[in-house]
Amino acid sequence: MSTVVTRVPGRVARRRRSPRTGALGVTSGLGLGVAMLWFSLLVLIPLTAVVATTVGGGWDSFVAALTNEQTAAAVRLTVEQSLLVTAVNVVMGTAIAWVLVRDRFWGRAALDVVIDIPFALPTIVAGLVLLALYGPGSPLGVDVANTGSAVFLALAFVTLPFVVRTVQPVLEELEHDAEEAAASLGATGLTTFRRIILPSLAPAIAAGAALSFARGISEYGSLVLLSGNLPLKTEVASVRVLTYVENGDPAAAAAVATIMLAVAVTVIVLLDVLQRRVARRG
Amino acid sequence: MSIEVAGVSKRFGDFVALDDVSVTIPSGQLTALLGPSGGGKSTLLRIIAGLESSDTGTIHIEGTEATHLPAQKRNVGFVFQHYAAFKHMSVAKNVAFGLEIRRRPKNEVRARVDELLRLVHLQQFAHRLPAQLSGGQRQRMALARALAVEPTVLLLDEPFGALDAKVRKELRDWLRRLHDEVHVTTVFVTHDQEEALEVADEIVVINEGRIEQVGTPDQLYDEPANDFVMSFLGPVTRLDGELVRPHDLDVLDHDRVLGATPGTVTRVVRVGFEVRLAVRTAVEPDVSVVLTRAEARGLGVDVGSPVWLVPTRGATTVPVMPRATAG
Amino acid sequence: MVRTPAPLRWLLRVVTIGYLFMLIAWPVSLVVRTTFEGGLANLQTALSDPEVVHALQMTGIVAGVAVVANLLFGVGISLLLVRYEFPGKRVLSTLIDVPLSVSPVVVGLALLLVYNSRDGWLGRPLDAAGLQVIFATPGMVMATVFVALPLVIREVVPVLEEVGDEQEQAARSLGANGVQTFWRVTLPSIKWAVVYGVVLSLARSLGEFGAVKIVSGNVVEKTQTTTLVVEQTYQNFEQGTAYAAAFLLAFASVLCIVIVSILRPKDPA
Repeated sequence: MSTVVTRVPGRVARRRRSPRTGALGVTSGLGLGVAMLWFSLLVLIPLTAVVATTVGGGWDSFVAALTNEQTAAAVRLTVEQSLLVTAVNVVMGTAIAWVLVRDRFWGRAALDVVIDIPFALPTIVAGLVLLALYGPGSPLGVDVANTGSAVFLALAFVTLPFVVRTVQPVLEELEHDAEEAAASLGATGLTTFRRIILPSLAPAIAAGAALSFARGISEYGSLVLLSGNLPLKTEVASVRVLTYVENGDPAAAAAVATIMLAVAVTVIVLLDVLQRRVARRG
Repeated sequence: MSIEVAGVSKRFGDFVALDDVSVTIPSGQLTALLGPSGGGKSTLLRIIAGLESSDTGTIHIEGTEATHLPAQKRNVGFVFQHYAAFKHMSVAKNVAFGLEIRRRPKNEVRARVDELLRLVHLQQFAHRLPAQLSGGQRQRMALARALAVEPTVLLLDEPFGALDAKVRKELRDWLRRLHDEVHVTTVFVTHDQEEALEVADEIVVINEGRIEQVGTPDQLYDEPANDFVMSFLGPVTRLDGELVRPHDLDVLDHDRVLGATPGTVTRVVRVGFEVRLAVRTAVEPDVSVVLTRAEARGLGVDVGSPVWLVPTRGATTVPVMPRATAG
Repeated sequence: MVRTPAPLRWLLRVVTIGYLFMLIAWPVSLVVRTTFEGGLANLQTALSDPEVVHALQMTGIVAGVAVVANLLFGVGISLLLVRYEFPGKRVLSTLIDVPLSVSPVVVGLALLLVYNSRDGWLGRPLDAAGLQVIFATPGMVMATVFVALPLVIREVVPVLEEVGDEQEQAARSLGANGVQTFWRVTLPSIKWAVVYGVVLSLARSLGEFGAVKIVSGNVVEKTQTTTLVVEQTYQNFEQGTAYAAAFLLAFASVLCIVIVSILRPKDPA
């Protein structure tokens, strides 16, 4: 019944490592060489180039790019909205996961599919989809296009599955006997939730929140049509990077991109740490 | 002369799994590698199979230098503790695997698979998937798969370790009978001394990466080379600085036998036909003795009774080495 | 298990269903409805527009090549990460995940910096050798490969770990060489994980927008993909075409996901 198609990054429930691993032979060594070359050409060298361009531009131009009024506003808006959306996801995502795992009602399976839609939809289509209900010509008469709320709405849409899909499997595997033990010791439902269930879910919620924040910071496609990219008002960091690229200022683009990259790498490392901690706890 | 292991050492990081091991495993026999977990016996088996490489030393299989041959060229059959069944293939396909790799003609493969499935009593399960078999059936399938390629030697790594006690015992008898039929040189790893004593023609006792003793089950039981072998093969107790089996002690209610050690019974436990006594002597605080119920009743022992202990005539005793006193 | 009191249970149901309905279900259904408002007219208009047709082809080519590249790389690197020990393995396995959280715009910029033919570290020599990467198909493929890179690996690695290597050892002891072991034993046991990884990669590749926008130069009927056509037509007030193209993309991507959810066995053996 549950169609957990979209495995969320940050393998919270990753398996133990296989017991025996071998040293590299000729074929596998060659394979590793080719794979590393490809990975370097595709990912490592280009990402290094972003940082190198920033460093090459010098500290002053880095500061100048980031203190540029328009850029600073864009970064602030991005961080604010990402934090806000992450907070909403922590609550709503956990609630949705709870309903999916612990509640039984007709049509619950359909919810499971609906949750995958934001992952499946191309981001540009996501923007279009939200415009249909919340844009000009909205059947609700709500038009948030080209406002700050549009940024929030787009981010809420694209980040929705993260917390749900990290919490759901953990909730499914949660042993009921700890809850029963708590109940037998006289704990109320609320106490059990707060003292027994929530601590078990916390790493998964944290992982989902981290992913959701990272996605918020990096989002571009869904905002293009929806937010109008108004400088100082609805322009986000990724749009700023694109504007710099289009204006032929790669150094400034790289400066903003470096900040975004730092957030991305921090989140990945954080997830790695979280995952190891969960694995240790067994 | 069948499998010759000479000077083999293997380390995993700081851990010494095998320390300069040399042993010859005879042709056509059923040999057990016996020892405690982590003693290196599985590593030795895997090195013979080519699944692990040794740091030093050489391996000869039936006179062929095999030290640097990859596993697929050694023509050994290997049976894994957890079966290693190919889960996506039917039982028949599993058994046919090695033959198909060797590009044998289809009808030959089919005939050989039929024959083997009959041998392991799985002919009616040929088209099932491994997941539809019980543990014992899976292990028999794995055995048929290993035998299908007519291996020079058959190696089994704790083959019954994952099975429950009853199936374990059945398969153990069955392996013995199968070996008497097939006669392929067979080596199996076990940490269960009863299994080794019951099934094997020859036992190699391995501990802490070294070989402690090689011999027939009787030799090992009656003439253990040292206190480790003695205590690993069965229960032991200490009397006057020597290891002796608890059922090899005579209990007397008088001091008229020369050399008998006096003591006091501190505990009496009856388990079915057995009566277990704990006796405190001047040297050892807790010597254990096993009597039959009739013997105990004849002596009339109870807690507090004075007794004299002496090893039965013909009992195996081994002096306690300094190494064992620590444990 | 904790019994949720009935009022709370109803509250949770109403809130979560309401949230999902308002945020996802209703808006998505509106797009479908708008697309088919005049019957098939919008789709027909879109499919008779050479720009749209070219963009669809472009998307097909780029996504197809990217999926194949990620399939080969993904399976290979998964085997290396799970079955072998080498220095830097932990760092590599962490770095592999980076493309998941890097902004597509940053991806585009990164590739642009290295592969542009004017002053790119690698772009200049490649250009001299006659290979244009940026503003051409190779760059678009690279951008798409980049963003979908970890998807196959993330599906395959846990399955490889779970399956263990005993079956492979058994195959080797039965005389199979490396290639035979891979095709006959390893691949069949990770088959479904590979299929899921490929389908997810395909969905991701079809929908890539930001990174491709930067490296493609967005040249109509040359380097424009379907996602770029959606943006352009919407901004040119050709809403019917925009909705139709968006519908086609969404349909393909959602179809991928639905196929996976149908294919995926409850308990992948």
